[in-house]
Amino acid sequence: MIDKELEKLKDYKYGFTTEIENIKAPKGLNKEVIKFISNIKKEPEWMLQWRLKAFERLKHLKEPDWQKPKFSKINYQDIYYYSAPKSASEKLKSLDELDPKLLETYNKLGIPLQEQKRLNGIAVDAIFDSVSVATTFKDKLTEKGVIFCSMSEAIKKHPELVKKYLGSVIPVNDHYFATLNSAVFTDGSFVYIPENIRCPMELSTYFRINASETGQFERTLIIADKGSYVSYLEGCTAPMRDENQLHAANVELIALDNAEIKYSTVQNWYPGDKNGKGGIYNFVTKRGLCKGKNSKISWTQVETGSAITWKYPSCILQGDNSIGEFYSIAITNNYQKADTGTKMIHIGKNTKSKIISKGISAGYADNTYRGLVNIFPKAKNARNFTQCDSLLIGNKCGAHTVPYIKNRNSESKIEHEATTSKINEDQLYYCQQRGLNTEDAISLIVNGFCKEVLQQLPMEFAVEAQKLVGISLEGSVG
Amino acid sequence: MLEIKNLKASIENKEILKGLNLNIKAGEVHAIMGPNASGKSTLSNILSGKKGYEISGEVRFENNNLLKLGIEERAHKGIFLAFQYPLEIPGVNTNNFLKTSLNAIKKARGEKELDAIEFLKLVKKKSSDLKIEEKILNRHLNVGFSGGEKKKNEILQMSILNPKLSILDETDSGLDIDALRIVSEGVNTLRGSKNSFLIITHYQRLLNYIKPDYVHVLKNGKIIKTGNFELALELENKGYENFL
Ligand SMILES: Nc1ncnc2c1ncn2[C@@H]1O[C@H](COP(=O)(O)OP(=O)(O)OP(=O)(O)O)[C@@H](O)[C@H]1O
Ligand SMILES: [Mg+2]
Repeated sequence: MIDKELEKLKDYKYGFTTEIENIKAPKGLNKEVIKFISNIKKEPEWMLQWRLKAFERLKHLKEPDWQKPKFSKINYQDIYYYSAPKSASEKLKSLDELDPKLLETYNKLGIPLQEQKRLNGIAVDAIFDSVSVATTFKDKLTEKGVIFCSMSEAIKKHPELVKKYLGSVIPVNDHYFATLNSAVFTDGSFVYIPENIRCPMELSTYFRINASETGQFERTLIIADKGSYVSYLEGCTAPMRDENQLHAANVELIALDNAEIKYSTVQNWYPGDKNGKGGIYNFVTKRGLCKGKNSKISWTQVETGSAITWKYPSCILQGDNSIGEFYSIAITNNYQKADTGTKMIHIGKNTKSKIISKGISAGYADNTYRGLVNIFPKAKNARNFTQCDSLLIGNKCGAHTVPYIKNRNSESKIEHEATTSKINEDQLYYCQQRGLNTEDAISLIVNGFCKEVLQQLPMEFAVEAQKLVGISLEGSVG
Repeated sequence: MLEIKNLKASIENKEILKGLNLNIKAGEVHAIMGPNASGKSTLSNILSGKKGYEISGEVRFENNNLLKLGIEERAHKGIFLAFQYPLEIPGVNTNNFLKTSLNAIKKARGEKELDAIEFLKLVKKKSSDLKIEEKILNRHLNVGFSGGEKKKNEILQMSILNPKLSILDETDSGLDIDALRIVSEGVNTLRGSKNSFLIITHYQRLLNYIKPDYVHVLKNGKIIKTGNFELALELENKGYENFL
């Protein structure tokens, strides 16, 4: 049995489970559970009311069903909406008090939290199931006035900012999963960069699902005040289980005048086994508002994990001259499915957007790019450039490109390019003739294919992401 | 070093090689000439392990049954093929590719891999020896390279990997005089007591620069004549049609 487990871990090295005592909300979705969550987080009354309002709305909504990957019905009453290590339920005075089991877990994941071993130049917020267990480099950030803390903490300490911006980009009743998240969200990161401050280090959040039968409902809010800059990165992993677990996050970004937010994701949730059993349902709503003039929001995502990835990190280009970018790599292998892309909503004058999407499909997987470019009548001189490339490995997988374009301004310019190619046997032969084995050859060719997107990642993560690209495709050519 | 006995190969039920025999000893340079579609590229593909052929006969390389080895294993053992049509790989930096290749081979042989600085030194030396512009090494592998640049890049790879047996499949085709010299120099520099070459060409011109030890004529899947440099001259004069 243990051998079998170890054998499996070779394929997905983050698939271990941490044995730890948890506090859980009773199973199921109802008012009592929402009150339980709000209560255990010691939230103010307004937050509870906000959640309950979302829950009321939820009753009138249905899950969307237009996406390409279909999935078996989710029983929302059969999920734990809150699960947290008992040892992390009381606020810690310092990281030294953190449960050694949690420290060890993050060490194993390559994200050391202790003072001495921390990643250089990167502040980390560590989220374990439903709670943030640690945030590093807080003092250094506070010096600059940067707020980087868990969402739970922000609700208590910075209510004016949270009240003003939470739900301002993703309305509470936006769609089923966004509304569900608004009712039951547990934790995530909160970032505020004050005026004219360039955040002195990379900020990052590491999401870990550990408990079984538990959903993770992340809520993240990033506000870049006038003239500020921040680069933020999230990573995610989960244990290997035969059940499908739901991760339904809401992420909102707000960039004021002349501010820039760079948001990168390396998503490596458990993808399920070779036969498509288990894996995370990654149903995420991510939206950025370029509220101020000359503001910029750039999304970069490397999506390699999850049984189903269903997300469209988007930009609302409201401020004149604002810029939205979306760089994406989505890799699906075995029976994984992805339906991902972006929405670029041009409202302000001279707004620009750029979309570069690289979809790679292997095994029996299915990969869809779906994107919307919407140019409003007043968005004079708006520009969009879209490039979607798909790469197929083998002949049992699928790739689809579904671009929607709505253009209501005659002075705007939209360019769209799309290609689909198969991994070329002769390229493989050439690499092998030069001494590379099949897997390294595929990894090299695919990394080349993804180059434009990988280049967008912060340096510290680009190398990891390159390796991940190779690992995700292991065994894709027999 | 290389012994080929009664090699037959077919693809999609079409027989291409029909009982080919060839012996190459360590340090020898063999040239193969022959009309289009006679099976020259097929032979080089079979020696380097390309899949998809039905093969019979025997090929031994330094006491290994070569036909049993995978493509990269043959590369690790020291077989190098300069492709007739080198492949383009977008997004992959040429220098990086070269380093990955060299280190993969070194690793397989249990030798110490080169770090970035050691490798750069090696590349600088080899490319200046061959008068290859370093600029192209920072571009994506073969992407947008001119025909001649691609061929020179193959020769650079050869001189960096230092293979025991180099197979050059029409490396001289489409080269200008200067490039032809570069290619010849690449071969002549490596040519030593141990390194052997199988040079496929249509033109006697190249053989003026690289004096082969043997010249073979491949026609219709068989070697129909073997001789020395004179044979190449004779072929050039008579053409294949009037030959035998
Ligand atoms: N994959 C294939 N399927 C079918 N026929 C093939 C295949 N590969 C090679 N052939 C055929 O085998 C014959 C020999 O081809 P090969 O490329 O070895 O010739 P060559 O001697 O290298 O010719 P050239 O001088 O034009 O390069 C040709 O008739 C060619 O069409
Ligand atoms: Mg040929």
